[in-house]
Amino acid sequence: MARMGLLVSPELCIGCRACQVACKSWNQLPGEMTKNRGGYENPGDLTPSLYNRIRFVEVPSDKDPIRWLFVNQRCMHCEEAGCMKICPSPGALYRTPEGAVATNKDKCIGCKLCLAACPFNVPRYNEKGKCSKCDLCVDRISNKMAPACAKTCPTGAIAYGDRAEMIAKAQKAGYQKVYGQADLGGLGALYAFKDGPKVYGYDEKPQISDMLVFWHNVLKPLSYIGIGGVAAAAVLHYVAVGPHKVKEDDDHE
Amino acid sequence: MTNHWIDLKNSDVILCMGGNPAANHPLSMKWIMRAKEQRGAKLVVVDPRYTQTAAKADIYAALRSGTDIAFLGGMIKYIYDNNLYFREYVVTYTNASFLVNPDFKMPGQLEGVFSGYDAKTRKYDKKTWTFQMDEKGVPKKDLTLKDPNCVFQLMRKHYNRYTVEKVSTITGTPKENLLEVYKAIGSTGKPDKVATVCYAMGWTQHTVGVQNVRAFSMIQLMLGNVGMAGGGVNALRGESNVQGSTDAGLLFHIIPGYIPVPTASLADLATYIDKMTPKTKEPRSVNWWGNRPKYLVSHLKAIYGDAANKENDFAYAWMPKLDEGMNCSWLNMFDEMYKGRFEGFFAWGQNPACSGANSTKTRTALSKLKWMVNVNLYDNETGSFWKGPGMKPADIQTEVFLLPCCSSVEKEGSISNSGRLVQWRYKAIEPVGQSLADMEILNEIYFRVKKLYQKEGGKFPAPVVNLTWNYGEKDKDGKIKHVNPHLVAREINGYYLADVYDKTQTPPKLIGKKGELCVNFVSLQADGTTSCGNWIYSGSYTQKDGKIINMMARRGKEDPTGLGLYANWAWTWPVNRRIVYNRASVNPQGQPWDPKRALIKWNPTKLNPATNKPGVWEGDVPDGPAPPLADEKAGKLPFIMKSDGVGSLFGPGLADGPFPEHYEPLECPLEENPMQAKHRINPTIKLFYGKEGSLEEDVFKSCDTRFPYVCSTYRVTEHWQTGVMTRHKSWLLETQPQMFVELSKELAKEKGIGNGEKVTVSSARGSLWAVAVVTDRYKPFKVMNTTIHQVGIPWHFGWHYPADGSGGESANLLTPTIGDPNVMIPESKAFMVNIEKARG
Repeated sequence: MARMGLLVSPELCIGCRACQVACKSWNQLPGEMTKNRGGYENPGDLTPSLYNRIRFVEVPSDKDPIRWLFVNQRCMHCEEAGCMKICPSPGALYRTPEGAVATNKDKCIGCKLCLAACPFNVPRYNEKGKCSKCDLCVDRISNKMAPACAKTCPTGAIAYGDRAEMIAKAQKAGYQKVYGQADLGGLGALYAFKDGPKVYGYDEKPQISDMLVFWHNVLKPLSYIGIGGVAAAAVLHYVAVGPHKVKEDDDHE
Repeated sequence: MTNHWIDLKNSDVILCMGGNPAANHPLSMKWIMRAKEQRGAKLVVVDPRYTQTAAKADIYAALRSGTDIAFLGGMIKYIYDNNLYFREYVVTYTNASFLVNPDFKMPGQLEGVFSGYDAKTRKYDKKTWTFQMDEKGVPKKDLTLKDPNCVFQLMRKHYNRYTVEKVSTITGTPKENLLEVYKAIGSTGKPDKVATVCYAMGWTQHTVGVQNVRAFSMIQLMLGNVGMAGGGVNALRGESNVQGSTDAGLLFHIIPGYIPVPTASLADLATYIDKMTPKTKEPRSVNWWGNRPKYLVSHLKAIYGDAANKENDFAYAWMPKLDEGMNCSWLNMFDEMYKGRFEGFFAWGQNPACSGANSTKTRTALSKLKWMVNVNLYDNETGSFWKGPGMKPADIQTEVFLLPCCSSVEKEGSISNSGRLVQWRYKAIEPVGQSLADMEILNEIYFRVKKLYQKEGGKFPAPVVNLTWNYGEKDKDGKIKHVNPHLVAREINGYYLADVYDKTQTPPKLIGKKGELCVNFVSLQADGTTSCGNWIYSGSYTQKDGKIINMMARRGKEDPTGLGLYANWAWTWPVNRRIVYNRASVNPQGQPWDPKRALIKWNPTKLNPATNKPGVWEGDVPDGPAPPLADEKAGKLPFIMKSDGVGSLFGPGLADGPFPEHYEPLECPLEENPMQAKHRINPTIKLFYGKEGSLEEDVFKSCDTRFPYVCSTYRVTEHWQTGVMTRHKSWLLETQPQMFVELSKELAKEKGIGNGEKVTVSSARGSLWAVAVVTDRYKPFKVMNTTIHQVGIPWHFGWHYPADGSGGESANLLTPTIGDPNVMIPESKAFMVNIEKARG
């Protein structure tokens, strides 16, 4: 089937966060205790129970007091997905026929390599250490329904459909360059940015590291045949992630 | 709304002022963004704060809270100074040409007041606010608009005082921003350009709230935008069914269908009808309110059935009457409660302890009750007021009952949105736990109260024991087992109680048979042969060729005009008319001002099935079937609810003047009103404080260095009103967990406040903690050569939940006890506070 995708248009987004809540509702994710950190944006980052969120970005404006951007942050469902490349457990991360990168928690071994490999800092790990992230509502899209976020978005700032059509739609709306059109083999979540991606907090050219390419091409096949896989994973973990650290609490007062 | 939500897509210029639809009415932005995308519409946002809506605006202008009339007065001046008004519309469809009583004087002449002001009673004698009448009793007119006493010239004289320079010093809006907004709105005075406005509590919660709305209504009339697709004056209602609740007579001064509640002096039905039925001598005016007697009598027949008859004045005597001048609105009600004049209180689907202005007073008032019934989804600050902050439970005698009611998805019924669309909804799940639908609770209470009256008599049992209650099957005790919402809806629609004939035709033509549902309100009678709970909903549940049709349950998606009217989707009051005053969208010949936006159109050759003559309206349901105005015999004026038939640039009906005039909020940073020195505040507001015997709780402090910052309350997307329904939802609480205050970087620097720090916000009435949100979205204002800071707080939080108190307290601890003189809506959008770093 044709590859499906999301088109995210910050120019249309009003920051209502219906997408955040609809995602929790569909995926039955618990609400988390948070604190107001001096703004509207909350929670402050993706969590194992928060697959997508709106970032409220204030940038200077010469005309208005400020330019206020609302940017959806989520798994980008890369064609060349770093997470899938690095994942040592076959089937823990898999590609759906629609093109989404989905997770199978039963197969996830909790090595956390996928986070290190993700150019967008997306995967999070639940209390059992299993990878937990947006799967484009695989149970919806496999039934020809739009993901919960796109379904609920009142302004069409998150649109879902045939990826090629999404690109055409953005181009028709005047976006000659669509973020993610060609990057990493083409992202499943495309962004219609009016300005450079940096303004919205995205890398101009998202990339996965050479180490990862090496792992994918050389070490991972070895691990599949059981030679030195665990050791290799441990080495790579150290190189890519570093020693285990206690994460600083964002909400610490 | 004169128009409806989808219609926003038809606009060329969309003004959001006194509202923040992106945050509070997100779905409206679907249509606003579509107008921007598809027709290049301009979004203009005027707000003290750079909001989520402002983030989408083409033009943004900041104004100091409480100065909207100055802002709009300057716009009115700009429009006529630059000849941007739609002259033919103004001359034909408004009272611009009417000659006013020569004794009428205005604030520019009388140091800030209109003629007839009595400072002692703080009221106007309106005897000079009248038109000059000709010998037939019709207002005299000067269609050239040149007579110095005509409305148009008086309006000019009044607003000539609102120069851009003056406005800028009052509002704090830079002159170039004012002109940018004025130019954008003014560009729609052409027949093929239309502007609309989305407003909410930012306009209404002021001591000049009604006049704020009126000021822009005048502008829309001047530009010819009322009645047009993509135009009108659109109130974004703050709750999904608040339109329905006002339609159904929730307020103290109206019964269902906006019919005034009788006063004590209107002793019988004949007197009421004589005094309360608008009359006109203008032959081209439809004067629809002339039908009021039919609607009142049909309403009485609906609620009292056979017990209401000609012999007993259709039970008019059983209707509650207000004393002359009595005002039972919220602020007065809680004032009376505070003074111990209530025994009991039903807090039904509301949370007064957080929602009412001046919460400390409200909460204390609750402690004076003997009993209170709290009907809600959750216990809340109201039901548990007796154990709230500062309360001594041992001293409080109020007995509180909590009746758990179910949510809207646990019951069936209709819901009315801002666009007057009445849509039938179905039950998704069974009520949780012991909760019941509101109507089931009411049914239980009614059965018991009625039985008590029957058993014990009581002072005045007739109005209660005689109520019709035919809402379903009865049990052995005579109680309705379960209320059937369809039967309620049918009672609201109305029935023919006898065979009803149109006697204007010979021979009389049968309109409807006894026992059938009324076709719509046109068939209602004043002789007791029809019943109708609410005349504006007549036609919502009807009968055609013997078949009963719930019009509200329709789901047709046809849109032949392409304007998004969707006439077959649910049903809109009145008579499925999607845009009211739509006869103003055509010229006197009945042809659309803008053919690309043809809402209705007179087809002079097509056969009209109703009259069997050529000539019929096409498009939306027109405001009455009469031929266009140019028809000399039968043509009618477009503003059918106004007795003159035209839109009111001069509006003598309000308490505070026929033209909006700028007055400062009760609490403001200025010692004097920059427009004139004598009247700082609206001279007709009821002052609760500052006279003998006034309560210390009602204190206010204006221009007081202890409270130097202007403050507004508002809502965020994630919470609903006082937050009772949303604070209990962890998904929503996660996104907006705590009380916050937004302030400018400049003010934060001055006060040494860092972003995210806890601060104390206080007013003359109370204080609360909040998290500081330091932002460039607020900027200091330059007003009368001084710097004025404004801050803002949401009003969704309360001590009761989250249970650990982490959410914070209600913003209404800070707001003043003061209301608009016309409707008594509290002034929660402009009051004075201080802000300090929290101690400890």
